[in-house]
Amino acid sequence: MRWDVFFGSFPTLLSALPVTLELAVISITLGFLLAVLLAAARLSGLRALAALAYAYVYVIRGTPLLAQVFFVYYGLGQLDAMRNSILWPVFREAYACALIALSLNTAAYGSEIIRGGLLSVPRGQIEAAKAFGLSPTQRFRHVVFPQALRAMLPAYGNELILMLKGTSLASTITIIELTGQARILASETYAPIEVFLAAGAIYLGLNVVLSFGVRLLEGRVQRSGGFAMEG
Amino acid sequence: MNKTELPASQPGLAVPTIESRDLRKSFGAVEVLKGVSFKAYEHQVISIIGASGSGKSTFLRCLNFLEAPSSGEIDFKGRSLEIGGGRAPTRIEIEGLRRRTGMVFQQFNLWSHWTVLENIIKVPIHVHGVPRQQAVQRAMDLLAKVGLREKVNAYPASLSGGQQQRVAIARALAVEPELLLFDEPTSALDPELVGEVLAVIRALAKEGRTMLVVTHEMSFAREVSDKVVFFHDGRIEEEGPPAEVLRQPRSPRLGAFLKSVR
Repeated sequence: MRWDVFFGSFPTLLSALPVTLELAVISITLGFLLAVLLAAARLSGLRALAALAYAYVYVIRGTPLLAQVFFVYYGLGQLDAMRNSILWPVFREAYACALIALSLNTAAYGSEIIRGGLLSVPRGQIEAAKAFGLSPTQRFRHVVFPQALRAMLPAYGNELILMLKGTSLASTITIIELTGQARILASETYAPIEVFLAAGAIYLGLNVVLSFGVRLLEGRVQRSGGFAMEG
Repeated sequence: MNKTELPASQPGLAVPTIESRDLRKSFGAVEVLKGVSFKAYEHQVISIIGASGSGKSTFLRCLNFLEAPSSGEIDFKGRSLEIGGGRAPTRIEIEGLRRRTGMVFQQFNLWSHWTVLENIIKVPIHVHGVPRQQAVQRAMDLLAKVGLREKVNAYPASLSGGQQQRVAIARALAVEPELLLFDEPTSALDPELVGEVLAVIRALAKEGRTMLVVTHEMSFAREVSDKVVFFHDGRIEEEGPPAEVLRQPRSPRLGAFLKSVR
């Protein structure tokens, strides 16, 4: 173990951290928005729409994220229709492909978490809200949402951690984020143990901060019964 | 206790608080309510009894549209909500009716993410626009009334069933309802907790509140209510003052039912 290489690799590795964070933040955000739509589709009561959303979730959850990244980057580019379409400038870029694959992936998992959270709210409590004349919007805002949020936060926190680590797969399609940078540095220094230990330490540090943040949020939601839902 | 002799004997003189005309409800091919016509006047306490599956709970839940009736008419305070024949009350009309009634459920259905106080003040604040301070003041009075002032900041999960049901009653009273609906309020309680809840409901009856109580508690029906309504197979089989209906039932079915619950 060469400690000088271990410590010396941090500045180079950290220079790639913004790319990792950007991939994570953007795909988590886009994925969440899509997840909300998917969950809404599944709970819409429209059978065709629900089936479509279910099929999507089923396929995404049943295939590896790495395969999805390859499919979007290498696979779609093989199609003439794609290369001739107006979307080609987007799908030509590895960075955009990584974002698309990551977002589509987390959306599937996220939608299941959101759906589970919404379904966890006891029917009787929704019925009580109805009986007292709350409108559908009021029922959602005051009764369903705060409880669903509470139920889904731990699982969603877990998904965020998986996504943060999932960004490392972007390195396989030429993107130099944290893992990609680590691979370059390892081949330059011939010290893969030191370099990947350092990279691992950075991921670990990020996830410690992330879990702490989620736990803080959980505590807050637990105490107040929703964020700022105070009357 | 018979404070409602007047409207009951002279129905022409008063507008019922709630009235149903030929109310029907089907779940798929099964008709659960087969034409129920019913009136409740102000200050009346009416016990609704019957075997399970007789339609009594469905009837109560149709009155505030928790179950959508298939056809018939419901008048609340003289305002008609007609169902069937291409007519259905609007969401606004239904919410309007619900906001003037209070309901107590068999399973309490308190909102578990809120404290006892929040359970009581949220509807007045968000639905009725009552200022927070006033809602809190009223909630404290109601909690004192149901004997749970010290539980004001507790969460429902930490309360016994009887305590939860008393909070649920306070929640229903907080909206100053013109009609209280009780759907088997003591059926989910351990036997030793039934008394404390019945005592609260009895006190409300004495105040002259208008109440419909679906119940299996025959002693409650006998002692507290002005009228007893017996449901059988989706219809009102017999109704009248408890002394008559419960002591000398005319219908053999009611006679058999009374024997079975004793």
